[in-house]
Amino acid sequence: MAGLMSRASTVVRAKLSRLLDRAEDPGETLDYSYEKQLQLLQDVKRGVADVVTSKKRLQLQTGKLEQELVKLEGQARQALGAGREDLARQALERKSAVQQQLQGLDRQVQELEAQQERLIASERQLSAKIEAFRSQKEVIKAQYSAAEAQVRIGEAATGIGEQMADTGLAIQRARDKTEQMQARAAAVDELVASGTLEDFTSDQTQLDRELAQLSSSSQVDAELERMKAELGAGEQQKELEQ
Amino acid sequence: MIVRLMGDAQYRVDDGLRDELQQLDEQALEALEREDEEAMDGYLDRMWTLVKERGELLPAEDLHPSDALIPPSDLSLEETRKLFSEDGLIPDLPGR
Repeated sequence: MAGLMSRASTVVRAKLSRLLDRAEDPGETLDYSYEKQLQLLQDVKRGVADVVTSKKRLQLQTGKLEQELVKLEGQARQALGAGREDLARQALERKSAVQQQLQGLDRQVQELEAQQERLIASERQLSAKIEAFRSQKEVIKAQYSAAEAQVRIGEAATGIGEQMADTGLAIQRARDKTEQMQARAAAVDELVASGTLEDFTSDQTQLDRELAQLSSSSQVDAELERMKAELGAGEQQKELEQ
Repeated sequence: MIVRLMGDAQYRVDDGLRDELQQLDEQALEALEREDEEAMDGYLDRMWTLVKERGELLPAEDLHPSDALIPPSDLSLEETRKLFSEDGLIPDLPGR
């Protein structure tokens, strides 16, 4: 029984030979194939750009969440300082949720990074093979009779066709990954919008408001104390004067 | 023979290496058939390592077709299975 290696090779060759069987005029086949190769090269370049865009989006979200972590840590301290352990607990709970989100994002950025590297490697391979194919194609057209050309075309086309299949697979996998991540990001956005999830990155959360209240009420308390002290001092002054 | 590490590059391997690869390949297939992804990935990783360490990297502009293709280990069982069906993982080449 054939193993994994030869099975994969068989599938690619079957696809290629069906394609070549349909060809009639060798010169035309060469030009057509070359045109398709250039299209695929554009596809792989676009694939790299798409992965980079997705990665930037995730990195942006990562940055926001990291700021949020620092803020929540500060808020927990502030709440604890004010003797509000309940609020401090809320802040720390949210901090741990944000940390989990961050770990998920890190993994996704790494995955995209890997896809990007593969696409770039694939682009390099494809690009070099296209260049080689282009020069061979001119030689074949200029120097060989139709029958001989057919054989040579078969060789060159099989080699480059295999690369095209491989690059096509790399593009497809990168696209799947990018789509999965976009779907996930969109789902999170939706949950935030519907209020199911708290929006970690919005400027004002319930916790922010409570802490703001806390600090304004402690400010008011402090001011009251200061005024009382002033008034008290004034009273004492009056008493002394009398 | 020439082997392609899918998503990487093509390498020329000698007969000794070819025999080792074929043994691992058989084990990888058995692992696939008993749905043992971890074992399959392990065999594939070993095949990749062997080829990278002892194979000779073909220049990118070489137009020789490969005699065998070695799938990457980060495919799921389902994806690996699909790799071998004609309307599976490998996209159709552009036709007329």
